[in-house]
Amino acid sequence: MSATMTPQGTNHGANPGVSGPAKDKAVAAALGRSRKRADIIVRSLSYAATAIGLVFLASILVTLFYKGFGAMNLSVFTEVTRPPGSQGGLLNAIVGSAIQVALATIIGTPIGMLVGTYLAEYARGSSFGNAVRFVSDILLSAPSILIGLFVYQLLVLPFGGFSGWAGVAALSIIIIPIVVRTTEDMLALIPNTLREAVIGLGAPKWKMIVTVCWRAATSGIITGVLLGIARIAGETAPLLFTSLGNNAWSTNLNGPMPSLPITIYSYAGSPFQDWIELAWAGALLITLAVLLLNILARSVLRSRT
Amino acid sequence: MQQAVTMTPGAVPKPARRSSNLGDTLFSAACHAAGGFVLLLLGGIIIELFIGGLPAFRAFGLPFIWSTEWDPVQEVFGAGVSIYGTIVTAVLAILLAVPVAFGVAFYLTELAPPWLRRPVGTAVELLAAVPSIIYGMWGFFLIAPIMAQHVQPAVIDSVGELPFIGALFQGPPFGTGIFTAALILAIMILPFIAATMRDVFEQVPPVYKESAYGLGCTTWEVMKGVVLPYTRISVAGGIMLGLGRALGETMAVTFVIGNANRISSSLFGPGNTIASVVALEFGESEMGSLKLSALLALGFILFVLSFAVLALSRWLLRSRLKA
Repeated sequence: MSATMTPQGTNHGANPGVSGPAKDKAVAAALGRSRKRADIIVRSLSYAATAIGLVFLASILVTLFYKGFGAMNLSVFTEVTRPPGSQGGLLNAIVGSAIQVALATIIGTPIGMLVGTYLAEYARGSSFGNAVRFVSDILLSAPSILIGLFVYQLLVLPFGGFSGWAGVAALSIIIIPIVVRTTEDMLALIPNTLREAVIGLGAPKWKMIVTVCWRAATSGIITGVLLGIARIAGETAPLLFTSLGNNAWSTNLNGPMPSLPITIYSYAGSPFQDWIELAWAGALLITLAVLLLNILARSVLRSRT
Repeated sequence: MQQAVTMTPGAVPKPARRSSNLGDTLFSAACHAAGGFVLLLLGGIIIELFIGGLPAFRAFGLPFIWSTEWDPVQEVFGAGVSIYGTIVTAVLAILLAVPVAFGVAFYLTELAPPWLRRPVGTAVELLAAVPSIIYGMWGFFLIAPIMAQHVQPAVIDSVGELPFIGALFQGPPFGTGIFTAALILAIMILPFIAATMRDVFEQVPPVYKESAYGLGCTTWEVMKGVVLPYTRISVAGGIMLGLGRALGETMAVTFVIGNANRISSSLFGPGNTIASVVALEFGESEMGSLKLSALLALGFILFVLSFAVLALSRWLLRSRLKA
């Protein structure tokens, strides 16, 4: 790498006519050129890679807007799913998804917050705590289809049928580790002096956690919950085995329940043009909702930090 | 209780003390129970999948793992093809995604002007937020036709003619298939790998980089000689995280892999993965049938695979997690 050449080194040069300092300079210049060239090549590749990533995102969004807006009209929101050929909508799927996602969030958030609190406030360094943290991180990235199969074995087979509750259970298992991660991370950011001050005033530990630590971590926890909602709103695979889907209007959580991702899945794979168009409209709705939730989550976090 | 007799002046009022103790006990118990619940969840998933798959494991024994037969009529099932498809698509996706993810992370940490870092970083992270089924539709209706009409015919006519590696790029250009599935997977895991790489690159102490710049290194030499050696273990962890995600991805793959139970020599041929088989065949299997058990057994195998990869990823990333 070094441009300083030993006398022996200069003797092996390609140009025997030049020697001494002039030769050294030529070698150094050549070396500098090749290092610069390598740098420029890698930089350009890096720009290209970033451009590729952004082009993919743009392509997905443009496709969705182009196909989705073309299929969007009022009946998407006012009509339930109908057989091909008759003007149908996605109302039952939208409502079914909203119910299942809302219930899963209500069930999953407190559990996730308690686990995150346990990890941050009680488990520092304990081996049980490390095991819980490890398992929660595995669940965070575990294939969601397996969570669907698990709930199928646990809640569908024994009770003899697909149900909205099984879908809710699967979605809450998926949201728990997301809330755990953000809760623990946010609680870890709170300075210990704050905790010492509360304990020093004579407050019990639970009061310190609930009234001070949770309050200080509120924006972070809300971010985690919003990201979690965004994640489970688009989950399809676990619902295949749990709430199954339903082409009729249904808010009965004890029976098969419609949901937007499942409807998109079955309609997109169908041979009927009007169903495929409805699938695009649903895809646009779900993507907009998910991306807006993500942007909202980021702005909640940023407004506080 | 005994202290109540010794009348110390200024003793803490007892009733308030007792109720807060009770509150502490209850709250601590709730937190510990929630932690235990997470462990139970993972244990429950392993056990339920294994119990569900047990009839299939009993019926076919160990050869279930490599047998390539899948015949619902004869009730003969094997996992060979789908395990092959799962691993090939995931590894291919990693090969496609890692260089691009590195480029993105390099850009975001070293090249981009500061005002551009956050918007571009956010855009790449939004790629991770797009639901899997959207990738499936996009891949099926947009990418697969492009592959079938433009990319695959060109590759088959050029690279496909070469000896040895040509065999990987032959056959009719369906558009869907192993390669298209790997491409979509690569796009899906790109943001996860890029975000991990960016985070670990940012943890390199600036002094190290400044010393290298001070010696006259170019940006790429600093990356190659300082940043990458410093972060290589965490980078490997990020790649493993992407691999773990790619192994279990379901909806996007189901749309574009072609869904055929055979191992084709060409990457353009159709195939299947564990997740796509389970998603597609589940609707046609009755409760309590051997087929359903075979699907649950596939689920168990997928769980073992992704657990191993994700655990390895956690272990490689442990230094980053501590920081």
